[in-house]
Amino acid sequence: MSAPRPILLKGGRLLCPASGLDKKGDLLLAKGRVEAVGSKIDPPKSAKVIDCSGKVVAPGFIDLHVHLREPGQEYKETIASGTAAAAAGGFTAVCCMPNTDPVNDSAAVTEQILERAAKAGSARVYPVGAITPGLAGKALTQMAELKDAGCVAVSDDGHPVSDSRLLRRAMEYASGFDIPVVCHSEEKSLSAGGAMHEGPTSTRLGLPGIPAQAEVIAVERDLALAGLTGARVHICHISCAGSVEALRRAKEAGWAVSGETAPHYLALCDEDVGEYDTHRKMNPPLRSAADREAVRRGLAEGIIDAVATDHAPHSVLEKELEFGLAAFGVTGLETALGIILELVNEGLMSLSQAIERLTASPARILGLPGGSLAKGGPADVCVFDPAAPWVVEPEAMLSMSKNTAFAGRTLPGRAVLTIRGGKVTHQAKE
Amino acid sequence: MSLSRRNLLGLEGVSAEEITTILDTAESLKEISYRPIRKVPTLRGKTIVHFFYEASTRTRTSFELAAKRLSGDTVSLSASTSSLTKGETLIDTAKNLLAMSPDCIVMRHSQSGAPHLLAKHIPISIINAGDGAHEHPSQGLLDMLTIRQAKGHLDGLKVSIIGDITHSRVARSDLIGLTTMGSEVTFYGPRTLIPPAADTLGAKVATCMEEAVEDADVIIMLRVQQERLTDVLFPTLREYAQRFGLGMKQMRAAKKDVVVMHPGPINRGVEMSPEVADGPWSLILDQVANGVAVRMALLYLLIGPEAA
Ligand SMILES: [Zn+2]
Repeated sequence: MSAPRPILLKGGRLLCPASGLDKKGDLLLAKGRVEAVGSKIDPPKSAKVIDCSGKVVAPGFIDLHVHLREPGQEYKETIASGTAAAAAGGFTAVCCMPNTDPVNDSAAVTEQILERAAKAGSARVYPVGAITPGLAGKALTQMAELKDAGCVAVSDDGHPVSDSRLLRRAMEYASGFDIPVVCHSEEKSLSAGGAMHEGPTSTRLGLPGIPAQAEVIAVERDLALAGLTGARVHICHISCAGSVEALRRAKEAGWAVSGETAPHYLALCDEDVGEYDTHRKMNPPLRSAADREAVRRGLAEGIIDAVATDHAPHSVLEKELEFGLAAFGVTGLETALGIILELVNEGLMSLSQAIERLTASPARILGLPGGSLAKGGPADVCVFDPAAPWVVEPEAMLSMSKNTAFAGRTLPGRAVLTIRGGKVTHQAKE
Repeated sequence: MSLSRRNLLGLEGVSAEEITTILDTAESLKEISYRPIRKVPTLRGKTIVHFFYEASTRTRTSFELAAKRLSGDTVSLSASTSSLTKGETLIDTAKNLLAMSPDCIVMRHSQSGAPHLLAKHIPISIINAGDGAHEHPSQGLLDMLTIRQAKGHLDGLKVSIIGDITHSRVARSDLIGLTTMGSEVTFYGPRTLIPPAADTLGAKVATCMEEAVEDADVIIMLRVQQERLTDVLFPTLREYAQRFGLGMKQMRAAKKDVVVMHPGPINRGVEMSPEVADGPWSLILDQVANGVAVRMALLYLLIGPEAA
């Protein structure tokens, strides 16, 4: 492969929370790296010059939590379509959860994912390996081998490890190799059979509920084990006030813990399930309006470190069903930035804080390259227009599945140019 | 009289005027059931599909009788004969039904919201005959008709609904309909069977059986689903009967003119003692008779000659 032409991004608002940069200027990308950052850079002869005035030039976004469905469920999404959707949303890197078929619980599966990702090329793919073989919660995977093969963390996402003793062992073992443990925190004996958040709306709709305590109890346990083992523990998709509070206390105790939430928990609540809208069905479920407020505040204050999409594509086969029978999960890669910009416009946090939750913070949590515009770092960049409203149209999305929770919503802005390793992976049609 | 709606998916959103229209129509159609020839030609040429994904002989029989008394043609489709068991989705099945060009689908389904899903995809009248733990609007209406006949009105009444509220679509439809009409509704049952946030639905929750019974003008007892026992929602039928059943002891504490109802079938000796079920308070058989009248009214108003 020939090296891409250098790219000079001219006159944008350079915004890099990692290095505290926020000023108008130019950014030169060459040989897959950030070559120079400055107020005015003369383009090298061969460079492609792109005018970025009026736009924000930020590090490419990093998503800690996506489901790419390959191998096994390629009718929902493939690594190619999923990373294309990522690029369209401004993401240059995604961490894919291991609940594929087969489960990513061995080096062979990890290598297969990385091979396909290298071919697809639209975003860096960082596989997350399983904690237990087959996500069965019975034994430990060969985590050291998974790490060598390219896994950046371990998780039994979707199938929380219910055996506390086993989870303790997993954390101890993983910490011996400095492998972060990513927890889907759910007390299954409390959530079993539930279809949505337990509250007035579930009561009105006659749907079996999932109380917030099913999450809080598990978050408390997982964090307590982080304290016991000293492991690096990351809590997935925080959806309620009790989990934010638990994470705050664990951080005050000085444990190596972090947490993420997803855009839908910031923008919607259980009432939005409306008349059995299966595109508002996900796990954990949309919680009460008060929980949503607590999650928003937790994110603004930095108790919740990052926004991850939990991009979970499902075809109409799984979604155009009775609510109780429909699959949990919604897509998110292409709408995340828009939802975050809504929060900025509402004054919840500064644009810089918001971008930090999508870049520097996720990079730090899993020790990934990128997340910064610093000279010498990877040339992963997202250029976005924070003031170019657009309407979410499922059919126009690049994800193979159209199960967005935000169809028809007008979002304030979107990615116009995404560059990964110095190559353009997405360019918005003018 | 007419209604300005195509479907009856639940009593939520149905106005007091509409409910009155339905009850008045049922009242006027009721006499057909007492004629020597119990049939009028009102729905001649109309086809009604009874699509019962969940078994319920009583409700289906009542709907079928209603359709036949109005001379409608009926087709019955149950879970075992439908292709739902063969991996076909609800929407596929609905589209197949539609190809037979019926005028109305009466639908019973184990999943809450199933008729709402159907209504989004097919453009004919749908009557919800019970969906999951959500609503059973025709039952709510027949209960209201029965109460109105006994009391002369619905506003200002105190109605207690006792038993498994959480899983009861009857309780939801009764509550919504009755509060719309100005009644005050109280729920009572084991705490495991009272839904969270029951008060947000507009019901009062009683703290003991005495409180639930004392001031009530109407007591509606709900059926205990025996399989709830295995869910560990209450310890034994014996304790249930003692604490949440309606017996002579409770009736003595009740108002003199109280009436007692039950959607049936009764577990005698569990939610109700035989003396109560067969006593002078009981309106259980009126409920059954009114069921046919209310369903005739619904069919008449939704797909009859004057329907919108
Ligand atoms: Zn998860």
